[in-house]
Amino acid sequence: MNAIMKSRLVWPASALILLILVNTIARPQFIKITVRDGELYGALIDILRNSAPLMLVALGMTIVIATRGIDLSVGAIMAVSGAVALTIIDGSGDPGNLATVLIAVVVALLVSLVLGAWNGLLVSVFGIQPIIATLVLMLAGRGVALLITGGFITTVNSEPFSFIATGYLVALPFAFLISIAAIVAISVIERRTALGVLTEAVGINPEASRLAGVRSRGIIWSAYAVSGVLAGLAGVVYASNIRAADANAAGLFIELYAILAVVLGGTSLNGGKFSLAGTVIGVLIIQTLESTILFLGVPSAQSPVFFAIVVVVVVVAQSSRLRSDLTKLFRRTGAAPAPAQDREKAEVAS
Amino acid sequence: MTEDNVVPPIVEMTGITIRFPGVLALDRVDFTLRPGEVHSLMGENGAGKSTLIKALTGVYAIDAGSIVVAGERKTFSTAADAQAAGISTVYQEVNLCTNLTVGENVMLGHEKRRGNAIDWKSTHRAATEHMEGLGLTIDPRSMLSSHSIAIQQLVAISRAMVLDAKVLILDEPTSSLDRGEVEQLFGVIRGLRDKGVAILFVSHFLDQVYEISDRITVLRNGALVGEYPIAELPRDALVTKMIGHELEDLAAIASSSHRVIDRSGTPVVRAEALGKRGVLEPADLDVYEGEVVGIAGLLGSGRTELVRLLYGADRPDSGTIEVHGEHAKVHQPRHAIEKRISFSSENRREEGVVADLTVAENIVLGMQARLGWLRKVPKKDQDAVVQEYIEALGVRPANPNALVGNLSGGNQQKVLLARWLATAPELLVLDEPTRGIDVGAKADIQRKVAELSAQGLSVIFISSELEEVLRLAQRVVVLRDRRKIGELDSSSTDLDGLIDYIANAGEGSAA
Repeated sequence: MNAIMKSRLVWPASALILLILVNTIARPQFIKITVRDGELYGALIDILRNSAPLMLVALGMTIVIATRGIDLSVGAIMAVSGAVALTIIDGSGDPGNLATVLIAVVVALLVSLVLGAWNGLLVSVFGIQPIIATLVLMLAGRGVALLITGGFITTVNSEPFSFIATGYLVALPFAFLISIAAIVAISVIERRTALGVLTEAVGINPEASRLAGVRSRGIIWSAYAVSGVLAGLAGVVYASNIRAADANAAGLFIELYAILAVVLGGTSLNGGKFSLAGTVIGVLIIQTLESTILFLGVPSAQSPVFFAIVVVVVVVAQSSRLRSDLTKLFRRTGAAPAPAQDREKAEVAS
Repeated sequence: MTEDNVVPPIVEMTGITIRFPGVLALDRVDFTLRPGEVHSLMGENGAGKSTLIKALTGVYAIDAGSIVVAGERKTFSTAADAQAAGISTVYQEVNLCTNLTVGENVMLGHEKRRGNAIDWKSTHRAATEHMEGLGLTIDPRSMLSSHSIAIQQLVAISRAMVLDAKVLILDEPTSSLDRGEVEQLFGVIRGLRDKGVAILFVSHFLDQVYEISDRITVLRNGALVGEYPIAELPRDALVTKMIGHELEDLAAIASSSHRVIDRSGTPVVRAEALGKRGVLEPADLDVYEGEVVGIAGLLGSGRTELVRLLYGADRPDSGTIEVHGEHAKVHQPRHAIEKRISFSSENRREEGVVADLTVAENIVLGMQARLGWLRKVPKKDQDAVVQEYIEALGVRPANPNALVGNLSGGNQQKVLLARWLATAPELLVLDEPTRGIDVGAKADIQRKVAELSAQGLSVIFISSELEEVLRLAQRVVVLRDRRKIGELDSSSTDLDGLIDYIANAGEGSAA
């Protein structure tokens, strides 16, 4: 078990290390972390800070994918959440008040929870295919966000609100601490309780799970609700970073990057076994890659191509087919046989 | 073929070892196949027969050992490599294209050409020749899907002949054939054998193995037991070698089951007029403490439907369920589980095991579902329960971390039984628990059911094998055409009586 998980994380982890190496060789100051006023700065710190929204969304996406689902609405939920938070802060008499900001964030998260629950309702109760069910909100959500902001890009000047994305706490960016908190919280909820394994069971074989007495409906529902809340939090971080609610740009295409991060982390889109650690690595790969593109000075017009190439390499390297072929190749050439640990379903049955 | 007295083997596999995660599927197995022989590969489910065949056909890479075909050492990395070396396989489920014609299937990839175009006329003529060589006279232009499985299998063999197969592997070819079709197939097999083709035959039917084979190789738990000429291995010796010990005396199970059940009190579970329109006419069913109630009837008679309604797997539109005399609302499987009713589906793969989870996770799943997600079964308790049931039921491999999907059918069934027993049920519903599993596992499961019911567990036991039903049950409920037609006391009937009852609506029960 442990060995399998390890081997599944080997490829994404080495891709991440390789990326960092390439950057460091290209520009040695990449790896450098400086301390100013007791706060850490540097390219790596930026990556950790900037990855927060994607990290939050991808964690939720991991759980949803584990149930054999998908959540396309996360970007739209980010937009709604940012719009709700900023409208409340903007509308209050005192944008700089901590209490106002707290209320705004809590309300934004509650709204996101409701939106996530809506997705869950469509999928688990009405049995609508996840891709369709969440497409509804993906398309409608930005309209809702525009409705909330009245069609404008709401901007605010609020010290406590800006702190969320740009502030520092115990020498680390606050946004990164939010990521860490979310990773820890989700890991505890999934792995310290039985939710994780029940989610996997539902994702692998829904009917067998139902007959085993698993409340699959509730589990699927909760996955979308969690995904909604995390997307809402990501929306708050995003809005805090630009100090504005931009209903059109907030979280644009983030659902695709989140899915990519999950897949890079080794979780199958077929549902079932999921790896939160893998997703974390996947997110860091994507964020590092974006920095790399900037760092290496790839012309922005070509950057998607560069991005795509790296992703293809990592995904192909992970394919069990390729790995078993390589294993065979090693054996033929007489090299040390690698243990067959690809998760191909090997049938021993006669 | 050479006419030497000692025919050199066409296939020589030595020291074949294959590992899957958590499972040593084959452990240094030797196997030889000679031209002009029918060689049966025998073993229980999970003994490694399929794995050995897949090593020979290039589906699995071997971790150690060597494969020599016609004197040449081979490494197969794909099924095509093996085919090129003259090894062809006909599987249980025919792997041909049912949407093509017979001729197209036989000649696929070897069509006769005129220039660049396919010459269908001579292609079909060639197909006909190949099929007539096997005594098969059907129109090559007919759709494959219009023929029976038996004919499709012969077509598959014809195709193997087109590929000039020197080794023909028949994996459970007879499982869906009737007696006459088996005879036809055997005729073909003998014909090929006499032409010098080496035939590897796998079947669960001992009679057929003894009818057709020249030699037998026995595997057990992934290891070689031995190779024997058919004449030197009587049946009981074969079974003993397959399961590794003397077959459990089934009569002992029967005598322990034939107890008198006290039906004076309240039944553990009573269903009244339980039915669903178009699925099952309202039927009554009650089960008392320590009783095994068998359900018999033909496939599609409503056996499975009845217990699914009882368990809440399907929603009944009529009837009530009482547990210990109290009305129970069972709309969902988990309601039934709360009332300590467990149900093991006949559909092991789709509705039973969660293939990508481990043995341990599968066993604990039922308990965990009952407790809910918040209260995780502590690791220590999990380990204890898993260890207990792996030992009690003899799950092989005895590795709690093996993926259930990698286990054989019999062992998957044991894992499911363990899952349900771990929930401490008062009524255990087993739908075809012995289907498609080997002799040893069948006996294990029956023994366990008899043992548990003697300790007070109530069981509903469904099986197409009526001997099993009569052996285990004190009372047999008979269904026909989605209707309950009656109940029989199993001590007052025998197999013929039960069959007669099933067929004749109770008019001619055990006279």
